[in-house]
Amino acid sequence: MSTSGEVVTVDARRLLCPMPVIRVQNEVKKSPPGTHIRAICTDPGALSDIPAWARINGHKIIATESGGDEHIITLEVGEA
Amino acid sequence: MTKQYKAAALISGGLDSMLAARAIQEQGIYVEGLNFFTGFCVEGHTHAIRKKDQNRPKRNNALWVAEQLGMKLHFVDVIEEYKEVLFNPKHGYGAHLNPCLDCKIFMVEKALEWVKENEFDFIITGEVIGQRPKSQRKETMPVIARESGAGGLLLRPLCAKNLPATIPEQEGWIEREALFDFSGRTRKPQMALAERYGFAEYAQPAGGCCFLTDAQYSVKLADLWKSRGTKAYELDDIMLLKVGRHLRPKPGFKVIISREEGEGKFLQGYKNQYISLKTTSHAGPLALLDGQLEPGDLELAARMVARYSQGRNAEQVELEVREKDGTTCTLSVTPLPPGEIQKGWLL
Repeated sequence: MSTSGEVVTVDARRLLCPMPVIRVQNEVKKSPPGTHIRAICTDPGALSDIPAWARINGHKIIATESGGDEHIITLEVGEA
Repeated sequence: MTKQYKAAALISGGLDSMLAARAIQEQGIYVEGLNFFTGFCVEGHTHAIRKKDQNRPKRNNALWVAEQLGMKLHFVDVIEEYKEVLFNPKHGYGAHLNPCLDCKIFMVEKALEWVKENEFDFIITGEVIGQRPKSQRKETMPVIARESGAGGLLLRPLCAKNLPATIPEQEGWIEREALFDFSGRTRKPQMALAERYGFAEYAQPAGGCCFLTDAQYSVKLADLWKSRGTKAYELDDIMLLKVGRHLRPKPGFKVIISREEGEGKFLQGYKNQYISLKTTSHAGPLALLDGQLEPGDLELAARMVARYSQGRNAEQVELEVREKDGTTCTLSVTPLPPGEIQKGWLL
């Protein structure tokens, strides 16, 4: 299990949505509030889906970066 | 103090489940959404692949619906468990390889597990009697409730008045009179209700969210099972069935040829799992070879790929052949004449 402030990377490359969201969701479930989860994705749909999932489930998007065919979305786990 | 009742709503991303969830929220019930991912969901596959689709809005409709309704949404990965539903549907298949009734029973059963684990009180779905020929009929509604184990905890707000009262209605958790009596294939009542709730936008008004209801997809899946002699599959197998032209010139192998740049890019992600071919002398598609190749098969595949390249009328087309381990070699072939690509090869 992660501790608060820790950064956990989720490799969701080659996966199509909603699989990247599911991978992030699974990681969030086992992480305490404050953990940063960094999802590396190739499906551009993740750029809207992960932030949407985070918003409705009470987590915060910290950063979104795109370079080449990869997109990195970092969220901070909120209170359950 | 009055208890706050909680319901789990099966959210597909379509209008019916959106309305059902809202109808229950309107009665003061706390609702969270569940979306089951089987691997065959259209929603998940469509965003990223084809270049022509890349300018379309990229959104997951289930997430969008949840956001409109201000509720949490939980994705449930059922890829592995769903295989048994697909392989041996107790109630059989629909027009194609769609085990719709078994699928609905399975999803309600999974929702019931979730409800118990998370201390929720009941389940709601957007089902409407008569809406779908296989799973949403008057006779199948009680079958789903019974065989899923949900029984009276399964409420269908949109057609509740046409069905016996469920536990939430009997116990007074919700008011039955404020529910609906929709039936049949007409969408007018749903559209009127959407307007009443102020939903100006909604997705796929008549459903159609599963590839197993697609005739061509089902042909490709049946071919996959037959060629392998087993129904076993992995997520990658069923994803690939959606991409490219699939041609099987011989029982032992299949060629998957990209139809445009986006598909080529997607197929490239599988180059360590399949032998791949790419034209180098002319612009052309990327192709994957699936199966056991016999002598002459590689050349036949290369000639087929050349046929779909810009060099289709050239005397010779060069291709790079890449093995799964990354080693490459070059092949020079004559493109297959159009008449030699037999109709029966195309799946």
